[in-house]
Parts: sequence; structure tokens; C-alpha cells
Amino acid sequence: MRIALTPDQERFQQACRAFVAEEILPRVEAYDEAEQFPPELIQKMAAAGYLGANAPAEYGGLGLDAISYGLLCEEFGRGCASARSLLTVHSMVLLALLRWGSPTQKEAWAERLARGAAVAAFALSEPTAGSDATSLATTAVPDGGHYLLNGRKKWITFAQIADVFLLFAKVAGQITAFLVEKDNPGLTIKPIRGLSGCRASMLAELHLENCRIPGENLVGRPGFGWPYVGGLALDHGRYTVACGCLGLAAACLDASLAYVTERRQFGVPLAEHQLIQQLVTDMAVNVETARLLCYRAGYLRQEGDPGAILATAMAKYHAARVANETAAAAMQIHGANGFTRAYPLQRHWRDAKVMEIIEGSTQIQQLLIAKQLIAAKS
Amino acid sequence: MNHEQIREKVIAFLGNYLPLDGLGDKDNIFQTRAVNSLFAMQLVLFVEKEFGIQVENEDLEMSNFESIHAVTGLVARKTSNQ
Repeated sequence: MRIALTPDQERFQQACRAFVAEEILPRVEAYDEAEQFPPELIQKMAAAGYLGANAPAEYGGLGLDAISYGLLCEEFGRGCASARSLLTVHSMVLLALLRWGSPTQKEAWAERLARGAAVAAFALSEPTAGSDATSLATTAVPDGGHYLLNGRKKWITFAQIADVFLLFAKVAGQITAFLVEKDNPGLTIKPIRGLSGCRASMLAELHLENCRIPGENLVGRPGFGWPYVGGLALDHGRYTVACGCLGLAAACLDASLAYVTERRQFGVPLAEHQLIQQLVTDMAVNVETARLLCYRAGYLRQEGDPGAILATAMAKYHAARVANETAAAAMQIHGANGFTRAYPLQRHWRDAKVMEIIEGSTQIQQLLIAKQLIAAKS
Repeated sequence: MNHEQIREKVIAFLGNYLPLDGLGDKDNIFQTRAVNSLFAMQLVLFVEKEFGIQVENEDLEMSNFESIHAVTGLVARKTSNQ
């Protein structure tokens, strides 16, 4: 047993870290405050291949292995949770299309999405359907070779700028997945502003009023939107969020290690105070346990092992909690300075809370994990 | 691999996720209270990895996944076509 990255994975991680340092860190506080993700940053992410990182080369993607994809999310998570969220939702749709899309759908969208020529968003949540995904109220009614969609979607990440949505609606009571293009006259996109965390994620509501889409836009089969199409996408999303949380927590640890050696109180650096050492130790151990769970999930995902899905849920559950605990400890160490935009801690702290809510809340992960473990023994 | 060998592997896999006592070959797995939303994709990954097949869009029918009998039949059909 050897837990180590390959030379190629290490090189890729360094390239991602350099991209984040050069393109994201100098501007992230400004665009986070403005609640606007810079279009030119999306273009640079596309040019680097990051928007198609999980797509095969035949579609213009990087064809990354699962561990490398996790490293990409970790490094983006170090820099900006909103940027990592773009990777997440875009790649969720791309992956679902590559797996369950028809040849026509792949031809229309896969290469455009992989090359970053178009942005995709994942539209499952509704005002009254969050953790209980099966209680969707949005309907899709067959209408002469088309479907008529009616309903509302809420909390849709990057919906303000997405070109296409993987959207879930019920056909005769069965959840079904559809591709809906942004310029459909039956679709109205209403931005959501004033969020506490992931402020540049450009969330929006989608209002569907007799939104008429071609029958060929159905993804998979009727009734298989959940859990097959949506479940595949959310499983991938959980992995990206887990790795992003690892990056966020690692950034908080790094910032704290630098701060405790610089900041002096009672005549000595903070690092010499034992209660600070306790905080730093817990942060470091938590980051390493999150990393091990992410690597394990990545390895199993690469192997196509069925155990990957539970391992990913565990990684997401743990890493999201670690992100919160580590960000809170970092804020404590930084004191009043942590609350200012002169330091990134306040942003990481705000962003961390969102991680325990998205892609299955902490409580939903607990239910999923426990049910599987207990059912097998009963 | 013959039908019975496939069936045994399917049952061994299911034993990791739900109680097998009283579960008949044609009983609906998804109507037991034991499985959750993660299980559907775990089942897809299992048949693909274990039997070296690809579950395609046209295979997405509950009649292919709902029971030991159904999964065994799906695998037997797809492996015989290889």
C-alpha cells in the first residue's frame, strides 16, 4: 500500500495551484463582494481545459483520472468556492450527458461544454423540494412530440449565466431529466442576490411557464431522472465538493500557520501559546483525514468500484464538516483581523457553511451512510 | 459464466446492501425499505465492473433492475451478446 500521487498528478496539481494563484487569488475578494463571476475568468478556465477536465479527449476534454479531477477541485477550493462551484455544476451536467445522453444530445452539447464554449447548470432543487428530491412539483406534459414544462426551480448555481440546464420534472408522476436551453421563451431566469456564502456563484430561480421543449431533449428514459441521471450527477458533485472542502480547509490551515508565526502576543509569537498549538494540531489532523477520505473515494471512482458511491458520501460528509471546523478555528486564531477583507478567512468561513448544505446536507449524508451500513447487517 | 453463476454473484453483491432473508428471486428490491437513492447507481456500477458490460440508455427499464431475477437476466443477455 502506497498513498502517493503519481508524477503526472503532482505536475497537474502544481499547474492548478499556479492557475489559482495567478488568475483567482488577486481578484477573488472583489468579485465575491460584487456577486459577479468574471466572464474572462470562465474563458481562462475553459482555455486551460478545466471545464472539460472530466470529458474524454474525443470531446475536447482533458480526460483526467478521478484523483486528478479531485486535485483540480481541491486547488480551486483553496482559492474560491464559487469557482469550484462552477466546475462542479458544469461537470455534473457534462458527465450525465456523456453517460445517459443520446447521440444527438452528445453531438449538440458534449464538445461545446467540454471546451467551455457553453456553460451548463443543474436544476433539481425547488422552493419546496430540497433534501427531499422526490417531492418535485415541476411537471412535464407530452405535447405532440414536445414536452410542456411548468414549475419553479430555486438555488440553481450559475443559472444566471448558464446556456443550458439539466432540469428535472415529473412526467406522469415520474422524475425525468431534460435539457432546457436558456433562450426558451417559456423560461424566465431570476437572479438570487445577497447570499452569505459562495456569493459569486450567480444563483437564480428558474420559472417555467408552458416551457415547450423538443421530445428529443429528454435525457435517459422517462422516469429515470431520479436516481439514475440525477444520482450520477450528484455523486460526482459530492466528490467535487468533498475535494473543494479539503482545499478550503487546507487554505485555512496554511493561512493560520503563517499568522501564528507572525503575530505576537504577550511578547511571543502566537505559535508559542499551547492553546494555539492545540487548535493548529486539530486543524492539521482534520485536513489529513479529509484528504485520505477524498483520495480513497477518488481511487474507488477510478476503479469503477460500487463502493465508490458510499466512500464519496463519507468523504463529502467529513470534508464539509472539516471545512467548517477548520475555517472557524482559523477565524479564532486570526481574531478581529479574520473578519476583514484583508484576509481570506472571512470568505472561507462564510463559504464553508454552504458546503454542509449543498449536494446533500450533512444530515442527509448521515441518513444515507447509516442506512446502508445498518441495512446490510440487519 | 452461466445463469446460476451470475445469480450467485448478484446475490452476494446485494448482501452488502440489504438483508437477504426472505428475499425471493422475483421480489422487488426497490420496494424493500433497505435501499436508498445511492443504491441504484451502486447496482449499475456493480454489473458493469463485475461482468464487464456497459449499461446503456436502452437498458434503463425497471424490469432490468428490480429483482435478483431481473438483474441476472440483464447480465445474461448482455454477456451473451458480447
